[in-house]
Amino acid sequence: MSALTLLLDALLAGTLVWVAARALAAAELVTGIALFIAFGLLMTIVWVRLSAPDVALAEAGIGTGLTGALLFAALARLRRAGAPDNRGENGDE
Amino acid sequence: MSDAHAAAGALAARALLWIVLAGAGAMLATAVLSLPEDGLGLADETLADLGRTGVEHPVTAVLMNYRAYDTLLEMAVLFLALVGVWSMAEARPRPTAPPGLVLQFLTQLLVPFLILFAGYLLWAGAHEPGGAFQAGAVLAAAGVLVTLSGAQLPSVPRALHRSLLLLGLVTFAAAGVAVQLGGGAFLEFPPSAAKALILAIEAAAGISIGLGLVAIFEGGRPSEPESAPR
Repeated sequence: MSALTLLLDALLAGTLVWVAARALAAAELVTGIALFIAFGLLMTIVWVRLSAPDVALAEAGIGTGLTGALLFAALARLRRAGAPDNRGENGDE
Repeated sequence: MSDAHAAAGALAARALLWIVLAGAGAMLATAVLSLPEDGLGLADETLADLGRTGVEHPVTAVLMNYRAYDTLLEMAVLFLALVGVWSMAEARPRPTAPPGLVLQFLTQLLVPFLILFAGYLLWAGAHEPGGAFQAGAVLAAAGVLVTLSGAQLPSVPRALHRSLLLLGLVTFAAAGVAVQLGGGAFLEFPPSAAKALILAIEAAAGISIGLGLVAIFEGGRPSEPESAPR
C-alpha cells in the first residue's frame, strides 16, 4: 500500500469517527440527521475501500438514502405533532 | 415522581448505558484482535460449490442459496416492520406545500432511470454486486421521490397493494416448499433449477422490498375510507 492510500484511508477513518461523534452530539435534530447522512456516505466509501461493494450498495441505498429520508419524515411528523425539535441533554420526551 | 428522583434515575440509566457500551466495545475489540491473520472464513468452500448455486457472484450465492434461510427471515422481518408501522398509525396526508421546480424536474428525470436501474441491479446480482435488496432500495427511492415531489403514486386496489407487499415472502417460502416437495430439504435449490428459482425469488422480493420501504416511509397504514389507497 502506497503512502498516499494509507494517508487517504487514515483521513477517511478519522472523518468517519468525527462525523459520527458530531452526529450524536448535535444539539439540533436536523443537524444530527444531516450528519448521519454524511456519515452514511462516508461509510459507503469505507465499504468500497474494504473491497465490499455489495455492502456499500446496501449502505448507500438503505442505510443512507432511505434511513435519512425516514428520519427527516419522522422529524417533520414530530414537528407537526408539536413536539420540541431540540433535545435537551437528558432528552425531553 | 419528583424531579430529583427522575434526574437520579436518568443518571443511573446513563451510567448503565456506558457500562454496557464499554463492555460490548471491549468484547468486540477482543474478538477482532483475536482473529487469525489470514485464512479467514469460508471463502474457499463458497467458491468451490459456486457452480451449483445458480449464480456466479459469491455474495449473491451466499445470500440466496447457501444462507437462503437467513434472507427469507430478513424478508419476514421487513414485512413485520411494515405490519408494526401500519398497526401504530394511519398515514397522514402530507402538507401540500408546492414542491420546488428543481424537485419536480429531478423527479421526472430520475424516476424512470431509477426503475430501470432497479431492474439492472436485480439482473446484475447474479454475477456482480447487486440483488434484490439493492434493487428494492432503488425502487423505494423512486417511490419516496414521487411522494416528496407531491405527485400521487398510482393508485392500486388495496388487495393488489397488499398482495404485492407479500409477494416476495410468499414466493420465497413457496420456492422453499416446492423444492421440499421435490425431495430436497427446505430451500435446498437443485443446481438445475437454482438460477430460475433465485431469479423469480429476487424479482418478487425486489418488488415487495421496494413497495414495503415506501409504505414504511409513508409512516402509517393507508387511510381506510378510500377504495384505492396507497
